Amino acid sequence: MKEGGRKVWIGIALIAVALLLLPFALSLAGTAWVRIANLALLYVLLALGLNIVVGFAGLLDLGYIAFYAVGAYVYALLASPHFGLHLPFWVILPIGAAVAALFGVMLGAPTLKLRGDYLAIVTLGFGEIVRIFLNNLSQPVNITRGPQGIAGIDPVRIGGIDFSKSDSLLGAVISGPMKYYYLLLVLMLAIVLINVRLQNSRIGRAWEAIREDETAARAMGIDTTALKLLAFAMGASFGGVAGGMFSAIQGFISPESFVLVESVMVVSMVVLGGMGNIAGVILGALLLSFVPEVLRWTVEPAQRALFGKMLIEPEVIRMLIFGLALVLVMLFRPAGLLPSAVRRRELTDDRAA
Amino acid sequence: MGFPVLLEVRGLEVSYGGIHAVKGVDLEVREGELVCLIGANGAGKSTTLRAVCGLLPARAGSVRYGGTDIAGVAMHELPRRGLVMVPEGRGIFPQLTVQENLAMGAYTRNDAGIAEDIERRYETFPRLKERRTQVAGTLSGGEQQMLAMGRALMARPKLLLLDEPSMGLAPRLVAKIFEIVRQIASQGVTILLVEQNARLALEVANRGYVMESGNITLSGEAEGLLESPKVREAYLGETA
Repeated sequence: MKEGGRKVWIGIALIAVALLLLPFALSLAGTAWVRIANLALLYVLLALGLNIVVGFAGLLDLGYIAFYAVGAYVYALLASPHFGLHLPFWVILPIGAAVAALFGVMLGAPTLKLRGDYLAIVTLGFGEIVRIFLNNLSQPVNITRGPQGIAGIDPVRIGGIDFSKSDSLLGAVISGPMKYYYLLLVLMLAIVLINVRLQNSRIGRAWEAIREDETAARAMGIDTTALKLLAFAMGASFGGVAGGMFSAIQGFISPESFVLVESVMVVSMVVLGGMGNIAGVILGALLLSFVPEVLRWTVEPAQRALFGKMLIEPEVIRMLIFGLALVLVMLFRPAGLLPSAVRRRELTDDRAA
Repeated sequence: MGFPVLLEVRGLEVSYGGIHAVKGVDLEVREGELVCLIGANGAGKSTTLRAVCGLLPARAGSVRYGGTDIAGVAMHELPRRGLVMVPEGRGIFPQLTVQENLAMGAYTRNDAGIAEDIERRYETFPRLKERRTQVAGTLSGGEQQMLAMGRALMARPKLLLLDEPSMGLAPRLVAKIFEIVRQIASQGVTILLVEQNARLALEVANRGYVMESGNITLSGEAEGLLESPKVREAYLGETA
């Protein structure tokens, strides 16, 4: 027991050291890779947020990227020359989370009685509505600047540290993207902790019951209305936090960043990794955000080396391989790469039945 | 019967999917009683039960439980007040284990006696104990019904509403389920049982109501109803 406990701690310590050193290793290959790692971490935040709605409560949400958009625009409006507001990061992030949560309830409340496919269609529409609003809210009052997007968004500043500039610490150069990496890592840890605590709580068990059988859950005394809204609000608020970070890191946002494909991407991450399993969802998010980048950097040189010219665009191959990977996972591991305990049972049941 | 009335339904009317399914039902259940509501398929029995527990809105009439009107009370509030329903088709959580299902039944409780209560359920249902770590969806129909009843008991109900517990079960199992219903009643739980299997229901019940196309057409002591020529002809398949 003690031996096992020590091994776990050594494992955690090794992973922590690896995560702390990773940006240094990546920056050897180019700062672009640190940026890619940051984007991957943003997707992890999104996937963990969506996992609450889809994995825990079983509500299929295909418009999740709307909350990411809301968080991003809240940050951009409160910290850019557009309105001349420059609120600090630690003020905006909670506001972004709260506004996104409000949007979550706005989506949740009218869809309480919908299930499965019907809910998926409405959420899909909701995601598009939010994007189209952002695209058109430049008139009569210019709020979002429409398709032009908002530029010059403030980077994160904490104390005297400006996250858009490099600093040196103990002789090592710490670039802006590296600072964001650490900030995102902290946020991810916080969200993972919240997820773990939720999963093993009374709320988590109630969500499980709702996912299995909503009427029976009500008969058990579970307030399904409140708990479904809570799932939407919590999932949305994590999306809002991720959106705020996205704004700060990019410095520029426009409605184009929040298209349907992005929602589908996040759902795919959750499904591919293993709905309801936190480790699985993280794995899914990392895979689906890193592998395409790796392909982008390898497909073109490989073709040039083989055929002397480029035959197929990397983007096309990316989607081909992406599609193939999803089909293979659905065929051979329908519950995801790292299924949750419950989904794994589901799988074995199907075989028994 | 000198016991206080626990559930009192007056003039209940329910429309469901455009059909006026329940057209003014009066019934009452006293503390400690086992009352059955019998009738043919489509007579409105289950609709009545669903309206009582807030799953369907009532069009007219009142439902009083323990002296208070529960017409506008949300379904999830009722277990806290001791009114627990076992839905038709059992409504177990198929991907959760037997033990997890039972624990979910105690959702509204936060006292220390939950683990002890689960053990008590296993004494009543030894089959469930054998399968405690098994996923509920893999249980047989009879076992699922036992689990649904065991889970409902976890909320420590005063009044248990059973919706067609015999549905889809083999005759041997039906007898077993009714034996369990009788056993639960003998432990002091008041029961309102909705059943198509009129004979078995009347055999275990103290009193019965007969429902026909949305109305109560007969009521009385269960023994009397069993003897009634009308019931014998219509529901027990005997020619008088």
